[in-house]
Amino acid sequence: MDKKLFTIIIYTENIAGMLNQVTAEFTRRMMNIDTITASSSSVEGVHRYTISLWGEEDSVQKVTKRIEKKVDVLKADYYTDNEIFFQEVALYKLSTPVMLENSEVSRTIRHNNARVMEVNPTYTVVEVTGSTDDILRLYDEFVAQNCMLQFVKSGRVAVPRSAQEVLGEYLFNEDYKRKPVKDVE
Amino acid sequence: MGKERITGSEALLRSLINEGVDTIFGYPGGSIMPVFDALYDHRNDFRNVLVRHEQGAVHAAQGYARSSGKVGVSIVTSGPGATNTLTGISDAMLDSTPVVVIAGQVSTGVLGTDAFQEIDFVGITQPITKWSYQIRRPEDIAWAVARAFYIAGSGRPGPVVLDFNKDAQVAMLDYEPAKVDCVRSYIPYPTPSRNAIEEAARLVNESQRPLLLVGQGVELGEAHEELKAFIEKADIPAARTLMGLSALPTDHPLCVGMLGMHGNYGPNFNTNECDLLIAVGMRFSDRVTGKLSTYAKQAKIVHIDIDHAEINKNVTVDVPIVGDCKEVLPLLTALVNKAEHKEWIESFARYNAIEHEKVTVKALNPGSGPLLMGEVARKVSEATANSAILVTDVGQNQMMSARYFKYTKPHSILTSGGLGTMGYGLPAAIGAKIAMPERTVCLFTGDGGMQMNIQELGTIMEQGTAVKIILLNNNYLGNVRQWQELFFNHRYSWTPMLNPDYALIAQGYGIPSRLVVERDELDDAIAEMLAAPGPFLLHVAVMEEANVMPMTPPGASVNEMIFE
Repeated sequence: MDKKLFTIIIYTENIAGMLNQVTAEFTRRMMNIDTITASSSSVEGVHRYTISLWGEEDSVQKVTKRIEKKVDVLKADYYTDNEIFFQEVALYKLSTPVMLENSEVSRTIRHNNARVMEVNPTYTVVEVTGSTDDILRLYDEFVAQNCMLQFVKSGRVAVPRSAQEVLGEYLFNEDYKRKPVKDVE
Repeated sequence: MGKERITGSEALLRSLINEGVDTIFGYPGGSIMPVFDALYDHRNDFRNVLVRHEQGAVHAAQGYARSSGKVGVSIVTSGPGATNTLTGISDAMLDSTPVVVIAGQVSTGVLGTDAFQEIDFVGITQPITKWSYQIRRPEDIAWAVARAFYIAGSGRPGPVVLDFNKDAQVAMLDYEPAKVDCVRSYIPYPTPSRNAIEEAARLVNESQRPLLLVGQGVELGEAHEELKAFIEKADIPAARTLMGLSALPTDHPLCVGMLGMHGNYGPNFNTNECDLLIAVGMRFSDRVTGKLSTYAKQAKIVHIDIDHAEINKNVTVDVPIVGDCKEVLPLLTALVNKAEHKEWIESFARYNAIEHEKVTVKALNPGSGPLLMGEVARKVSEATANSAILVTDVGQNQMMSARYFKYTKPHSILTSGGLGTMGYGLPAAIGAKIAMPERTVCLFTGDGGMQMNIQELGTIMEQGTAVKIILLNNNYLGNVRQWQELFFNHRYSWTPMLNPDYALIAQGYGIPSRLVVERDELDDAIAEMLAAPGPFLLHVAVMEEANVMPMTPPGASVNEMIFE
């Protein structure tokens, strides 16, 4: 089977140790996470993880089910790139003296719709939002222009293209449909 | 109810009482001393069974839970006390056994400082529990205990760990009992799909050669009667997994035997002959499926399981039904036609007759030569009117006793199926006898497994637990030796074992024992064992180099069993 890039979106309760529980399912299979972004979601008390990794669909599907099975995980789904909108953010710390010498650098910044966050005599910080490819291409350009001091890129954030709102419907339906605890016989 | 100001330890015990707990398998130590101190005042509320090793505490809690359907409880200290429970917790996770393990933990202020007997117990146990939680604040105790019992016992059961900081044990709180019957992120009893049930019923009604696989889920869901009603109406032969052996009585006319590597020939062979496979509360373990690429390829497969993550995990199925089998089976029964599959059912008997002739006759009536495990198991089973609880250790003793015991009552086999834990048997048998004092509990163990938790003889001595221990001694780690014989060119690498004098050991613990070497003594010795009012060690010298047969060799298909 071919390896593809998958994005897994997970909603969990916001409790200590949750990340460990999620990542342990990958460790168990020695699946290497490419990027991971974790932060609060639009629902109070619910955290959202966006994990991207290369893998075979069969194992990604199994690991997603195992994650969703965890007691404090509300929902876990996996997507291919054509099923989601996704972006990453990158920060580039560039040498101001090199930029002043070489006007190509400023042109590169404008050409790529990068935003300048800070300029001082020593360095300039530039921010770009885009796909991994866009971000890495820009990185290569800055390196070629010999102005790169530091570089950092986030993991991806993603929203599904589907019109269905997974978590909202989940909370609404399941919470109210839930059966009471089974009677002990 | 009004609030009362009490310590965290007292709150823990009251929360346990609130959950109906009256038996604890525990072992004290530094970081759990406040709880044991509080327990001293609750001697009338709890029977604390002082085990001799924390691994024994969890296996005993497992035996208690599996035989009674209640949640088993262990209380241990931090550090080594906690790490000693890991094998039992893992075993409970793989075999879906509801246990709550409460471990002491160092005070919150010194967490992460390598304090004496500090380990990251939540971190270690997260991958092997349904839920693992550290209680740091006394006001969380009642909620955490209630949530622990709810999670351990509901849905697909499993182990829960509560890591209890020492400062929370001694702090004062205004106690108020708590009840947890809903966790919004957790759906223990999924609603089965109506469409899936209708589709499954259609497949059943069209099928000429249906075969039903009975797993432990039927026992855990208490769906014994629902299962019988379904198979009797649609006339479907049913085979049980090792874990589901007592979910359907051995002598039920539609019971066609045991699945698996050392199961019966009929159901294994016919798995690859049927046109419809209906799996109920089982997980297509590799011990059951053999070679996956040739497993039931000709059949449509319906999989009924409460755990969504089990669907399509090992075997891709045509119709998954995610739900509680106690709820699903009656819905299915209502939709299926009354049917008859006489010829198909008879075909199981034909294959089982081949096994009977090639294996069973010799295993049960060898006539001469050393005693065999199979004949001992069958005789013990019959001497208890096939109504005892069978507890096994792991290895040849497990397979032979499971094969030749007969089951007439639910919850009558306790064995380590998933983890295959040697040393499980003795403590699990203690837990079972304590939970079900009116039932006869027969432990079949080997000389290897017996010595892995032999210290629990001390627990039997102290508690007077009337466990009937049948030690099948072949002076080998028998199952590994069998594999060495068959697949490693007879190279018996560290499987022969020098054994102690078990009579002396039993005597040291005040447990009566008897050694049986000759066949003509066996009946009398079994009668003596069963007549003894308390525990008894029946030490049986069995053939040293006997093999468990039939067998699906590793990597072979289910229809390729070998007989010798």
